[in-house]
Amino acid sequence: MTFSAPLEKRFARMLQSYPQKRSALVPMLMYAQDEVGSLTDEVIAEIADRLGVTVLQVNEVIGYYSMMHKKPLGQYHVQVYTNISCMLRGGFKVWDHARKTLGIGHKQVDADGRFSLEEVECIGSCCWAPAMQVNYDYHHNVTPESFDRVINELKKGGGQ
Amino acid sequence: MIYGLRDLMPGSEHEVKVISRRFDLPNSASIDTYLANEGYQAFLKARKMTQDEIIEEVKKSGLRGRGGAGFSTGMKWSFVPKNIQKPRYIVCNADESEPGTCKDRLLMQFDPHEIIEGMMIAGLAIDAHKGFIYIRGEYRFLIEIVEKAIDEAYARGWLGKNIQGTGFDFDCVAHSGAGAYECGEESALLESLEGKRGIPRIRPPFPAVAGLYQSPTILNNVETFATVPAIILKGGDWYHALGTPKNGGTKLTNISGHVKRPGCYELPLGISLRKAIYEVAGGMEGDKKIKAIIPGGSSTPMLVPDQLDTPMDFDSMAKQGTFLGSGGLVVMNEDTCMVEVALRVMRFYSHESCGWCIPCREGTTWLKKMLTRFHAGGGEERDINLINELAQAMLGRTFCPLGDAAAMPMISAVKHFRADFEAHLNGNKCPYEGRQ
Repeated sequence: MTFSAPLEKRFARMLQSYPQKRSALVPMLMYAQDEVGSLTDEVIAEIADRLGVTVLQVNEVIGYYSMMHKKPLGQYHVQVYTNISCMLRGGFKVWDHARKTLGIGHKQVDADGRFSLEEVECIGSCCWAPAMQVNYDYHHNVTPESFDRVINELKKGGGQ
Repeated sequence: MIYGLRDLMPGSEHEVKVISRRFDLPNSASIDTYLANEGYQAFLKARKMTQDEIIEEVKKSGLRGRGGAGFSTGMKWSFVPKNIQKPRYIVCNADESEPGTCKDRLLMQFDPHEIIEGMMIAGLAIDAHKGFIYIRGEYRFLIEIVEKAIDEAYARGWLGKNIQGTGFDFDCVAHSGAGAYECGEESALLESLEGKRGIPRIRPPFPAVAGLYQSPTILNNVETFATVPAIILKGGDWYHALGTPKNGGTKLTNISGHVKRPGCYELPLGISLRKAIYEVAGGMEGDKKIKAIIPGGSSTPMLVPDQLDTPMDFDSMAKQGTFLGSGGLVVMNEDTCMVEVALRVMRFYSHESCGWCIPCREGTTWLKKMLTRFHAGGGEERDINLINELAQAMLGRTFCPLGDAAAMPMISAVKHFRADFEAHLNGNKCPYEGRQ
């Protein structure tokens, strides 16, 4: 299989960057997942082949890292942080609100594949807690009200 | 959204800006701003020094690892053997994941070239020509900023072959992680960088001898590398004098929790906890009393208000039985349930334990189960001692420090806050419910 031209360019550069090809495995999986939507069997076989490792070795790695997933997430993956600094400033209130508002629970995807939700550990926004991330986008000092604003904006944005 | 400096660093008169001195400049991340403000001058200066002179200057500065362990950076560099005929590597640990810590992200956002230059100087010190910056996967926007900085440096001849005609070659790569706290541990990071699961390695040998691809490797935290250019430019003695003896310099400190002005501040080492909380961070929200302080990220044993006059440096914290760690101060007020805190911290370590060492894998799981039951009112008197015993049994029995990191806060929670545990006994519901 082939990926988009910019991603192929990135992969080509990666393969030049490491003394041993296998080093590119984790970032290649991450960028492939972002483009394809999940780590499908086809993606896994392709990357294993390009890096000269077995499918089993790739699966072993995927099983370890919490950001890698074999099933598609929602178009907007909402991650609410509840570790200590977030907890002290209302992280669990945001988490409860998020479940109620989106009508889904931890690691679930909604019926039309628009939103998925995850309670996550810590993204390094402790001083601006509680924090959440939608895909890679950071939101600081989140309240139930600001959560609603972010989600409504995304809903209005249509199916992009 | 990408937050600006004002949102992240509220500022304080107690700050001493060394590594953050350029953050405020327009386009601070660009190579033009960097070059116009002492950028890459330390590299040129270090190029004229011998390897031993560079290492000596770093030793003199008293710089100790800013990732948490606090080991002398100059010493670490000096452990790289000169007689091994293998390529050498420089690895920057930008996997910032210790709860309470959010400082390295500012260096990457506002001054990425400072990190690259620090790595190049480390390269000069051990004759390494390749550097990797391992950035946690969640920090995708920072990976993009660092990649742009690397591209600029290549385009302007500050990376690559024969840098600025000095005859020195250095390549630098930004590498994405994929969500694993454990990969912030040096040996697990190296495994991950080799394309494997982030499982820790037994040491010795240390990375200085057998690191990336079993080659001599210097592995330091982002902040540690970012500090090196200032040390080379202004001298180790100058840097050392900013802190306290054996604890040179400044530290990016994160103050979070129940304070009025949470944020990131660059503070001289040795400033007291009291000053940091009441003057730098503006005191407690609602003027409530302090109950507990996590001094250096969630893995460091907690302190209580009696210990507020402790200077924030490595040695003073050690005397109090805790660690300066990564500089992530988490302040909790009197309405905080310490059983809930212990539970939340343990849920984290149980989630992040890689499962390699049994005392950590089983210990974190059992502690999480016990604390969950305990917080729900199902605890028994004997559980309190059992929590402590279980945690004690994990100490020092694992390949990497994650086991200790999980155990230490539990031991300190039981020691300092036994009354909170007792208040949950006999089916009582959490006495703090609804108080925050």
